[in-house]
Amino acid sequence: MQTENYLIRKPSLEKLFNNLISGGKTVIAPKAKGNLALFDKVQAFGEITEDYIVTTNSAKSVVFPRTEKLFSYHKSKEKTEITDASSSAFPDVILWGTRPCDAAAFVPLTDTFNGDYKDIIFNNRIEKVILLSFSCSRSDDSCFCTSVNSGPGNTSGSDVLFTKLSGCEYLAEVMTPKGQLLVSENIDLFETKTSEDKEKSLAVVATRFNQEEIQAKLQNLFENPVWDDKSRACLGCGSCAYVCPVCSCFDIQDEAHGNKGTRLRCWDSCGFSMFTLHTSGHNPRETQGARWRQRILHKFLYVPNKSKIAGCVGCGRCSRSCPADINILETLTSI
Amino acid sequence: MSNPNIYIPYLMKIEKITLEAPGVKTFRLKFENDEDAEAFSFKAGQFGEYSIMGVGESTFCIASSPTRKGYIECTFRQAGKVTSALALAEEGDVVGFRGPYGNTFPMDEWKGKNLLFIAGGIALPPMRCVIWNALDTRENYQDITIVYGAKSVDDLVYKDELAEWRTRPDVRLVTTVDPGGETSDWQGEVGFVPMILEKTAPKAENTIAIVCGPPIMIKFTFPVLEKLGFTEENIYTTLENRMKCGFGKCGRCNVGEVYVCKDGPVFSYEQLKMLPAEY
Repeated sequence: MQTENYLIRKPSLEKLFNNLISGGKTVIAPKAKGNLALFDKVQAFGEITEDYIVTTNSAKSVVFPRTEKLFSYHKSKEKTEITDASSSAFPDVILWGTRPCDAAAFVPLTDTFNGDYKDIIFNNRIEKVILLSFSCSRSDDSCFCTSVNSGPGNTSGSDVLFTKLSGCEYLAEVMTPKGQLLVSENIDLFETKTSEDKEKSLAVVATRFNQEEIQAKLQNLFENPVWDDKSRACLGCGSCAYVCPVCSCFDIQDEAHGNKGTRLRCWDSCGFSMFTLHTSGHNPRETQGARWRQRILHKFLYVPNKSKIAGCVGCGRCSRSCPADINILETLTSI
Repeated sequence: MSNPNIYIPYLMKIEKITLEAPGVKTFRLKFENDEDAEAFSFKAGQFGEYSIMGVGESTFCIASSPTRKGYIECTFRQAGKVTSALALAEEGDVVGFRGPYGNTFPMDEWKGKNLLFIAGGIALPPMRCVIWNALDTRENYQDITIVYGAKSVDDLVYKDELAEWRTRPDVRLVTTVDPGGETSDWQGEVGFVPMILEKTAPKAENTIAIVCGPPIMIKFTFPVLEKLGFTEENIYTTLENRMKCGFGKCGRCNVGEVYVCKDGPVFSYEQLKMLPAEY
């Protein structure tokens, strides 16, 4: 669809928020918690913080929760009954305050869960999610969105992208039919906008590497000392995968309570030593270096080769959250 | 699978349990729902996720042949959490099964050729599916040779079937046990599979070699086959890696760019040589 541009003022943004809440939507937005900004459920406009470059956690849990019920079962002497969790009523969610990198991550996530088969639970969830993103006016040393085909004002994945133009004026770029519907339902809050002065309001994010060049180099880099060198400090804690908005590797686990229980899909990480461990004790990725290599190759070689999209959105969360100060940029710029 | 939620397993009743070797059991599983049984089909080489509700899922091949309708069989060694729970199950109990997943052995392409099966230990089950598939459509293939070895006589699986294959005029069976694993009345060979293979293999001409076994056996078997004149494209194996989903999403079974669960588990040696050592 063709992008529609509007202008909205801060008091109207608050009204929009209130309309969404009173319309029964669940709003997930950045909320201050100690020194952190975290995506969380909010009830009042005042709960939303604007003081964040990116939140510590990503927004992926809205469509790919940390623990997702796949089905529940009930065993009795006579029979086993299964209740499908995909037919549950998933909530109408407004993701408010996602950054362009957060929104861009929904593209590879959607690709993963729709490749060879359609993951019904993921699709039932994402169908009911609307992304109201906000462009970045600030960045830090960990940001590298411009190196992975994104940017501080990139619209990819967003239904509506707001860019703060002045103290109280926001440009609203309506990108999708979902966004269009939301705006049309609240059209009295929006003003027609013709001039385009978005760029000067955006943060400057330096380009750190060329993605195509990295992809080409990685093609022949499986055996290379860089993997051990750059991962020596790795604790294998999996933080990088947990905060990553794109990482979608998962485990399947059962939780039993007597003769009832559930089968769950849970976040996992290629950084964990047990991720690929065979029951025999054999481990195809025996060292942390081999696991770090998998992480980089998956995002910058395997995904782009297969789907022609990046497996990383350059949000920098992995580098900010790493307890051992491992910086993905250091690896990428050294190869 | 008729259910749009791919994670919902078929419910299967354990119809028969066979103790194959110490810690190794075969389950014959029948669909609880007749419509599921009707709709289900698979091909030689495919695998599935077998589960005990409340404990979890485990990945094994379908060990029975697609030519035997109405049931599937799996053979597993009690080793981890799920296989230990499965080992406690009794005939009549219900387990879960998701599948079939993965690619297949090219049985049609092999028509008119000799087949040489080489298996070690608990790796005979994935091969058994192919062996029975070939034997049930015997007219499609020329000479069939099976070279099978285990640590000890006790560890050989499918003892009844080995006895049957031994007496069939249209199968040549060579069994071997590792040195020290033989019993006083052992009639077969003594020695490791690659050595016995070198001694007993049929000619490589017009022959497909299908190899399955522990990594160490595979490592020493491929060079023997090459020495015997087998070309890379005529040698096949089936890989194993830890899996959760079975259809290329959970992210752990990949060998480089290739997912064992959906691009495999069946690979030719030619394909295998292109992959990094990540299995």
